[in-house]
Amino acid sequence: MAVRTEPFVLNMGPVHPSTHGVFRMRVTLDGEVVVDIEPIFGYLHRGIEKLAEQRTYTGIIPLTDRLDYISSMSNNFAYCLAVEKLAGIKVPERAEYIRVIIAELQRVAALLIAVGAFLNDCGAFFTPFLYMFRERERIVDLFEMVSGQRLTYNYMRVGGVSQDLPDEFMPALRKFMNMMPRFMAEYDRLLVQNEILIARAKGVGILTGEQAINCSASGPVLRASGVKWDIRKADPYSIYDRFDFAIPTQTTGDCYDRYRQRVEETRQSLHIIRQAMEQIPSGPVRAELPQLIRPPAGEAYAHIEAPKGELGFYLVSDNSIAPYRCHIRPPSLINLTALRDMVRGWKIADLIIIFGSIDITVGEIDR
Amino acid sequence: MKFERYGIGIAKGLTVTIRHLFRHPTVSQYPEQRLNISRRFRGNELVWNKEKCTGCGTCAKTCPQGAIEIVTSTDMTENKYVVDKYQVDTGYCINCGLCIESCPYEALYFSHAFECARYRRSELVQSKDDMLETPERKVSGYFYPDKANKLPEQTLLVEKVTEKR
Amino acid sequence: MATIELNIYNLVNFQSIPPDWPGGFWWHWLFFTVVIIGFVLTMVMGVIYIERRGMARMQSRLGPNRTGPFGLLQPVADAIKVLLKENIVPDAADKLIHWLAPVVAFAPALMIFAVVPFGNGVLLADLNVGILYVVAISSVSTVGIFMAGWGSSNKYSLLGAMRNVAAVVSYEIPLVLAIVGVVLISGSLSLNQMVVAQDVPFILLQPLGFLLFFAAGCAEINRSPFDLMEADSEIVAGFHTEYSGMKFAMFYLVEYAEAVAISAIIATLFLGGWRGPILPPWLWFVVKVIIVFFAMVWTRTTLPRIRIDQLMAFAWKFLFPMSLFNLFITALQVLAGWPTELVWAMIIVNFAVMAILVLVWSKLFFKLGRGRIEV
Repeated sequence: MAVRTEPFVLNMGPVHPSTHGVFRMRVTLDGEVVVDIEPIFGYLHRGIEKLAEQRTYTGIIPLTDRLDYISSMSNNFAYCLAVEKLAGIKVPERAEYIRVIIAELQRVAALLIAVGAFLNDCGAFFTPFLYMFRERERIVDLFEMVSGQRLTYNYMRVGGVSQDLPDEFMPALRKFMNMMPRFMAEYDRLLVQNEILIARAKGVGILTGEQAINCSASGPVLRASGVKWDIRKADPYSIYDRFDFAIPTQTTGDCYDRYRQRVEETRQSLHIIRQAMEQIPSGPVRAELPQLIRPPAGEAYAHIEAPKGELGFYLVSDNSIAPYRCHIRPPSLINLTALRDMVRGWKIADLIIIFGSIDITVGEIDR
Repeated sequence: MKFERYGIGIAKGLTVTIRHLFRHPTVSQYPEQRLNISRRFRGNELVWNKEKCTGCGTCAKTCPQGAIEIVTSTDMTENKYVVDKYQVDTGYCINCGLCIESCPYEALYFSHAFECARYRRSELVQSKDDMLETPERKVSGYFYPDKANKLPEQTLLVEKVTEKR
Repeated sequence: MATIELNIYNLVNFQSIPPDWPGGFWWHWLFFTVVIIGFVLTMVMGVIYIERRGMARMQSRLGPNRTGPFGLLQPVADAIKVLLKENIVPDAADKLIHWLAPVVAFAPALMIFAVVPFGNGVLLADLNVGILYVVAISSVSTVGIFMAGWGSSNKYSLLGAMRNVAAVVSYEIPLVLAIVGVVLISGSLSLNQMVVAQDVPFILLQPLGFLLFFAAGCAEINRSPFDLMEADSEIVAGFHTEYSGMKFAMFYLVEYAEAVAISAIIATLFLGGWRGPILPPWLWFVVKVIIVFFAMVWTRTTLPRIRIDQLMAFAWKFLFPMSLFNLFITALQVLAGWPTELVWAMIIVNFAVMAILVLVWSKLFFKLGRGRIEV
């Protein structure tokens, strides 16, 4: 005998422990099973794209910090690349290396948070989250040393970085790099083989490679589905063509693969940092530029491989001190479009971990 | 025979957590235990050098938030600007540091103080006299490496060994 | 009608009460009621402290350390805070049920301790059906939890309550079957008699039974990794989402009182209860309760949460057959007279049996689809 059931609508968020900010999902449930989901966002809209039109090219950099506040350095990097492309500015060699080191450190920090938050969503009561935060703290300490802030770094400038690295930075970084593999091994011990985690995450929320490409997902979400696409290799920006690193991919594209993918990418980032530390030259860190940049009229799109995926800045200049239009391609928003396909037919608990495995930051979705 | 499915993963995880029980905690107790902040700290307050400032207003023009207000008048006898009013609303300030970088006469700094909580919104506005360098309001080394080298070195978590007791 | 008059003296085994106790049973009742309430409340505060500090240290934090020496007064401060909070009742709530639910949930948690011995014969009522009473009483809290879920007219609460009912109904069976093994060996249902019978702690004679009871007990009282009834990352706080103030404090108390209760039962059934050298019996009992509770804290710190269908599958496809096997093997051993004569052989055999069963059945369990069942 089939039991007659009736779907009901559950509002998850905007204030919910695991929606990673003020994100709302209108979930239609049949008992525990998710029938349909409608993401609703805009609770954190600050109009960054519009604000950018009234600010100088340098003044936009603090705004980009507040896009994906977990990886501010990457946002600065992408924006500065866009302006440099627009104005045809050459960046000094040392600044390029500093940028790469900082951006890869930022990737490690952001991926640690992503993994920790995902494991927390799985219900491991804050333990992996706090361990990962401890490691992020070490990176944030380094960022504080170079930029003076701990969250909104505002460190990169058009044509370089704001200041040179302090003398005590390199020894501290070396110490961190020696420490990190040990901690990574410890995290692997903690949960990678855990039977409960495997039962929860393996085979859950599968996103096939084809689906991922169709909704133009990028970053770890795409690569976990088996598509070998990394902008650092596909369209090398800055000096990424000088480093030797692999693009790890996974096969099935379930939550467990996305988790593994992030851990592997962290390893590759550490590998890049190690190479950059050896090669870094001395010299100036900032190109000689006027106080107010007036790029020639035109448009430019620069994209980087941010921790969450492809982060792009599209700038239109009308030869004034402020861009005519600034469009941001946020990876979180575009990866989120895959959510509906992934969660239908799974349970609420799966919805939470699938959502966690996409790894979004609401600051970037709403802009 | 692979032992992955028989509780080995759970046992491994349990050993990691129990080992942390016998390690030093990473946290520090703030009011008693004060860590040194970065030498380049971008603090909540600005420090303004009265002598060096020429009243050009570059800082006010650069500020993305429009938090700096500067009013000058001309002193005909000495042929220079006199700063009548220099005021920063730190409530609007996002501590981006662009004003400090843009100052052509090295007259503006961040302060190295971080306990700047106030009870009222109006107290956040720094007027000219609240911006001078005092022993409590030390100058941060942001953008000025020579000043940074005089400050105490930053406490780093990487230096803190948490593995051994 | 004097023949069917309910006589308390018939129900209670009176060996435990000293003959010169003034006033007889009622003084005994009053004294132990006060002792039990005091014990439960202090233990709850103690275990909350242990959980918060222990968990914090495992997570590389310090935990509460500001209130009183070493933060020992933190539970007191929390209790005062939560009692002074406003009591909010949702507009659409079923007021009576919403009000009654914490009480219905709380009373059974306290009543379990009536049969738990703190020393030889030191207990409120040495029921000769003690463990049956425990099993029966402990399921009553579920009614309170379901009332809370239903009465607060919140979808999260309802989901949490439904999960809880499903879990408790399923886990009762392996829980009871695991107990039966102990009952067979000790030959009594009275908790005091069980402790007296434990010359060797039953954890050695019944290793598999201990594991099953621990897992099922954790599920019964919503401890991690089976805490999906109040899974904070999924359904906010489960059944007590809409509770605040005193009523929330009651639920919080229930949660930890039940944890203490299950720890006490495990300590009594498997770890030799109050028995132990040198220290006074009640202290041994408390120490064992705390050790068991710490194991719960430890698993909570480490393990992720499992999903509702996996929870059910774990009960029916793993714990239930395993407990049947355990019961069968124990029964054979008891028939052969092993518990009295060949104790050491029994320990070795039972550990081997546990290892083989866990390995074999894990493999089979994964073949059964790891627990994805259609609903």
